Amino acid sequence: MASTALTGSSLTDGNLSDKNLPDKKWIPRDANRTSLPRFLLWLAPWAALLALGIYAAGLCLYYGLNQTNMDNRFAFGLWIFLDLGVIALGAGAFFTGFLVYILKRAELRPILNTAVVVGFICYSGAVGILGIDVGQPLRFWFTFWHPNTHSMLTEVTFCISCYLVVLCLEYIPILLRNRQLRKLPSFLVFEHQLHKLVPVLAGVGTLLSFFHQGSLGGLYGVLRGRPFAFRQGIFIWPSTFFLFILSAIATGPSFLMLVTAAVERVTNKQLVPRDLFRRLGFISGVLLGVYVAAKSIDTLIWLNITSPSAGFAAWQYYIYKPFGTPILFVEIVLFGLLPAFLLTYHRTAAHRGWLLSAAALACCGVLLNRFVLTVQTLALPTLAFDEFLHYTPSWQEVASFGGVLAWGVIVYSLSYRYLPMFAPLKGEDTHVSGD
Amino acid sequence: MSARYGMVIDLDRCTGCGSCMIACAADNNVPVLPKATARTGLTPLLVRKVSNALEGTARREAFIPIMCMHCEHETPCVTVCPQQAVEVDKATGIVMQMPQRCLGCRYCMTACPYHARYFNWWDPAWPAGMEKSLNPGVAVRMRGVVEKCNMCHARLHSAQEKAAALGKREIDPADYVPACVEACPTAAIRFGNLADKNDPVSQEAHSPNAFRFLARLGTEPKLYYKSSEAWVRALAESASGPVPENKSSEKKLAEVQHG
Repeated sequence: MASTALTGSSLTDGNLSDKNLPDKKWIPRDANRTSLPRFLLWLAPWAALLALGIYAAGLCLYYGLNQTNMDNRFAFGLWIFLDLGVIALGAGAFFTGFLVYILKRAELRPILNTAVVVGFICYSGAVGILGIDVGQPLRFWFTFWHPNTHSMLTEVTFCISCYLVVLCLEYIPILLRNRQLRKLPSFLVFEHQLHKLVPVLAGVGTLLSFFHQGSLGGLYGVLRGRPFAFRQGIFIWPSTFFLFILSAIATGPSFLMLVTAAVERVTNKQLVPRDLFRRLGFISGVLLGVYVAAKSIDTLIWLNITSPSAGFAAWQYYIYKPFGTPILFVEIVLFGLLPAFLLTYHRTAAHRGWLLSAAALACCGVLLNRFVLTVQTLALPTLAFDEFLHYTPSWQEVASFGGVLAWGVIVYSLSYRYLPMFAPLKGEDTHVSGD
Repeated sequence: MSARYGMVIDLDRCTGCGSCMIACAADNNVPVLPKATARTGLTPLLVRKVSNALEGTARREAFIPIMCMHCEHETPCVTVCPQQAVEVDKATGIVMQMPQRCLGCRYCMTACPYHARYFNWWDPAWPAGMEKSLNPGVAVRMRGVVEKCNMCHARLHSAQEKAAALGKREIDPADYVPACVEACPTAAIRFGNLADKNDPVSQEAHSPNAFRFLARLGTEPKLYYKSSEAWVRALAESASGPVPENKSSEKKLAEVQHG
C-alpha cells in the first residue's frame, strides 16, 4: 500500500473535489494535498507497525525485560544503539536552529520546520524507547531526585528531558499555525508570543544538545573497565564527548537533506530552494572532514597509548569477525572521508544524486560509529577467560523500534498534511504549500 | 576506624565444589528461576573453570570464583550510576548496591569489567515451600533492578547490632564472616580487613603468589587471588589480548604458559 503511494501518482494531487477532501478546512490554504482516502491508505501500514510496536512494548513493560534477548553481558542492546543513532541524526534540529537564529544563516530557514519536526520525532522516539529499556520505568524521577553528578547518564537524562521540552515548545508554534487552530484568538496570541521566544529556545536547545550529544559519547568513553571504549580526554570529558558532538552536527544536516528529499519524492514536489541542499551538504561535508580528522587522531592515540596502558593490545580487538579492521576503514574512510569529499567538492555537490548519496553515507557512518561503540564494546571479552559474545535482538525489541519508525512517519505525514511545513517557493508553483 | 574488607581466594585450594555459590544464594535470597539461562541467571558468586589446555599428565585445571571485586579507586559502577544507587561504603570499603533506588538502566553492568553484576530479568520466585526458608534479614530484590555481591551485608548488620548491644563501637571480626567464606570446605576463601596490616588476609594479599584480575585498569579491586601456578597467575591480565572466537581460551592459556 505504501509503495503505491510512493511509486504511483504522488501524495499531492491537484484538482481534487471537496468530496475527496473532507478535511480541506484543516489543510493549509492553497496547499495541494492528496485525497483523504489515499492519505489514510498511506498511513495504514505505518499505523499497523505502530500498533505492533506498542504491543511489543507492552509485553516488555508487563512481563519485564526477559522479553528481550539482552542478558547480563549484553546489558545494552538494539535499543541503546538505535537511541544513540536517532539522537545523532536528530541533531539537525538544534544545529539548524543554531545556524539560523544564532549565526543568522537565514538561507536555511526553509528547512527549519522540518528540522524541528524531525528532531521532535527522533527525541520523543528515543525517550519512549528508554522508558521501556529501563527495568523500573516508574523510577525515572529518581535521577532528578538523587542525581549522581559524576555520571554521564545523569547529564544525558537531564539534557534530553529538557531538550525534548524545548522541542515541544518549538513544535507548538508550527502546530498552532494550522488553519483551524489559528481561528482561536488565544491560540493565535500564544503562538505569536511563543514564536518570539523561538530564538531563545534555539539558544537553550543548542546548549542542551551540545551537552547531551557529548554526554552520550562520554557514556562509553568513561568506561574504564571497557578498554575498547575508554578514551583519554580533556578535563573531565573523554574524547568521545567531543567526537559525538562533531559527528552529530556533521550528519544532522545530511539527514535533514535525506528526509526532505524523501518527502519531495513522495509528494512529487520541490519543497525547498535547490541551492539549499548544496548549502546543507557543504556544512555537513566540512564538519564531517573535521570529524574524520579528529576521529583519526583519537583512534591513533587510543591504539598506541590508551589501550596498551590498560593492559590490552588494541589490534586484538579486531580479530573477531565481523568486527575486523575493515570496520575501521569503513567507518573512517568510506563513511567519513568519502562523503566529506563528495559533499564539499563543487562538481559532485552540484549533482543531486551524488549529494544525496554522500548524505546517506554520512548517516550510515554515524550509525556505524554508534553501533561499534555500543555493541562491539559489550561483545568483546575483558577477562582472559571470557569469550566473545553474540547477541540477536528479540522480535519485541525490533518491533518496539519499528513502532518508533512508524511514529516518526505518522507524525511527519500529519504535520506535512495539516501544517505549513514549507514556505512557498519564489518563482515556483505556489500551490506547493500554503500559509 | 574505617575498615577495608577484602578477600584472598587461594585457587590452589579451590576444588570447584560450588558450596560458596549455594551458600551465597541461600543466604542472600537469590531466587530460583527456571527460565534463566547461563547468561540471564542470578549468580552473584560464580565459580568458573579454566584449564591450561594441555593433554594427559600436563593438563592442569583451576576454578576461579568470580564476584564483585569491590573496586576501591574510581569504582566503575559507582561513577556511572545516574541516581546514586551504588556507593562505596566509607566505613567498610564494600561496594553497596541499593535495589530500592535502582532504575534498572544497567549502565553499571556495562561498566563492570568483571561481569559481576546481575539484572533481575524475572520476578523473584521460589519453588513452593522454599520461600519459608528465606533469610529474613535480607530483602528480596524485585524485577528490573541490578544486584551483586555485597559481602553479605546483612551479616555485617548483625555483627554491628551485637557489638552495639555489648556497648562496643567495633565489631568482633569473628562475628562478620560472609556466607561463601563460611561455607568453603577447604578454606580457600579468606576474608579480612585489608587496612589492618596485622590481619592475616592483609598479609596474604601481599604474598608473592597473590594477584588481582585486571589490576592495570587502576580500579584497585579488593579481591585478591593466589596461586602457585604461573599459568593461572597469567590470567590476571589481558595483556595477551582477548581470546579469538575460533580458539578456545584454554589453548590461549597454554600459549601464555609456554611463552
